[in-house]
Amino acid sequence: MIKNIIVVIEQREGKIKKSSLETVSTASKLASETKSFAQAVVLGSEIENLSSIAEYGVSKIIHFKNNDLHNYSPSAYTKIISEFAIESGSDLIIFPNTSFGKDLAPRIAARISAGCIMDTIHIEISEDELICRRPIYAGKAMLDVKFLSEKKVLTLRPNVFKAEKISGSSAEIILKEVSAPDLTTRVIDIKKSEGKLDVAEADIIVSGGRGVKGPENFHLIEELADTLGAAVGASRAVVDAGWRPHGEQVGQTGKTVSPSLYIACGISGAIQHLAGMSSSKYIVAINKDKDAPIFSIADYGIAGDLFEVLPKLTEEIKKMRS
Amino acid sequence: MKIAVCISHVPDTAAKINIGSDQKTIDQHGVTYIINPYDEFGIEEALNQKEKFGGDSEVIILSVGGEANKESIRKALAMGADRGILLKDENPKDSFAIASILANEIKALGCELVFFGKQSVDYDNSITGQLTAELLNFSCISVVISLNLDGNKVLAEREIEGGKELVESKLPIVITTQKGLNEPRYASLKGIMSAKKKVIEEKSALAVNNLTGIIKMNRPPAKKSGRILGTDSSVVPELVKLLHDEAKVI
Repeated sequence: MIKNIIVVIEQREGKIKKSSLETVSTASKLASETKSFAQAVVLGSEIENLSSIAEYGVSKIIHFKNNDLHNYSPSAYTKIISEFAIESGSDLIIFPNTSFGKDLAPRIAARISAGCIMDTIHIEISEDELICRRPIYAGKAMLDVKFLSEKKVLTLRPNVFKAEKISGSSAEIILKEVSAPDLTTRVIDIKKSEGKLDVAEADIIVSGGRGVKGPENFHLIEELADTLGAAVGASRAVVDAGWRPHGEQVGQTGKTVSPSLYIACGISGAIQHLAGMSSSKYIVAINKDKDAPIFSIADYGIAGDLFEVLPKLTEEIKKMRS
Repeated sequence: MKIAVCISHVPDTAAKINIGSDQKTIDQHGVTYIINPYDEFGIEEALNQKEKFGGDSEVIILSVGGEANKESIRKALAMGADRGILLKDENPKDSFAIASILANEIKALGCELVFFGKQSVDYDNSITGQLTAELLNFSCISVVISLNLDGNKVLAEREIEGGKELVESKLPIVITTQKGLNEPRYASLKGIMSAKKKVIEEKSALAVNNLTGIIKMNRPPAKKSGRILGTDSSVVPELVKLLHDEAKVI
């Protein structure tokens, strides 16, 4: 049923993203299970540590190289990958479900007439079919989906699938120089939020809600986040009030996250917020109101004043770390 | 300039989601429907662009689905869109099928600027805009938080993890919209009244096959309720110990 898998690697500024190692690892397992062939494709200029991809189990890495491919160009990437998919007879193309993968995967699907299943959190082969499980309604329900098309495009949610090294594996790197890529649509500049970790990529998130009482008090959240190496998140209420940027919003109309640890401070737990974070591995809730819905999904709760609890928590963690 | 905005009619984000008896769709009992929140940014942007283009520019609302979608189309007309088209198909369609239906209609209308919400909050696929663009051979920029059109040239910022990308492109184009792009207007009373007179054309959707199929809808794994350790900072050392020793997350 699957014969030839392509994993599309995401690089930013020449560095391979961790989520791409997860996709490579998953593809290599899928390839051995289905007795198919898996190869990785990366587009860019100079790429650091390209051979490290091999440690995760693919035996062939194709590097499409051109200076104009250093930044993402939807038009160029789409053309190169879809042509390569057709030429190499690939029937399954896997991407990370990141802003890159979400943008690119459907474009490739359209070009090669493939069904497209996004944001998968579990895959299995059953009766010769690839069954994908994905959260819908921001996690309020789960959907098992299958492909009805011969060609398939799939994205995997980051931080869910394991990136596992396979000892003794090596890969052949094939360099393909690209001439005159189609740059109709291209990224001409990247503006990074200063030194900030994004909730979508963080392993620990410290989130604040209306209980924080004002933007001027968010330093309590930030100090705890800094101590933990965590990202700062926010509820819809505080984003709508303009206290925090919308990039930090967690929930059904913000980002859906599944970190190892989610610390909710002064968040009551509106249904649309819970949907976006309830799949976190461990949840801590700090809220004055002991009847707040957030406590119903929290592993550990403190039904107290966050202005008193947070500084103490930051201090205790610092103490433990020292 | 003909501007299209493609909208979804989705359960309110405050709605509780229960699985229906067919185990493939949700239980409709007590669920109210709204315009997909991300589509409102698309409607607002289309109305702003129409003003800039002036002349005989128009904003056309497109939606694929059943009779009920008319409710959301009507709301978009109340915000100020000129007319609506319901591409009627009562059967569930996947994103690829919906994109094929929309692309067919957009081509017939001759639109050069098309807006979608960056994702619909029901199936959370975030792909219909990009699929439609490719099927039309249009450019596309997704998850847009600022947009600048200058003649044929398009300059937009799109949100990425930990920052934003500045993207250059050109018309014809599909833009998928993200919170932050604008502040969607509320429909005025005058808008609501005039929307009643605006036309919602009904057409049967192009017959297309799904490329993916739903097997089963499940409830998410139940999260066991945890414990409240205490009511003040005296329990903080215990919490830190639990996170370190039991949960092993710090």
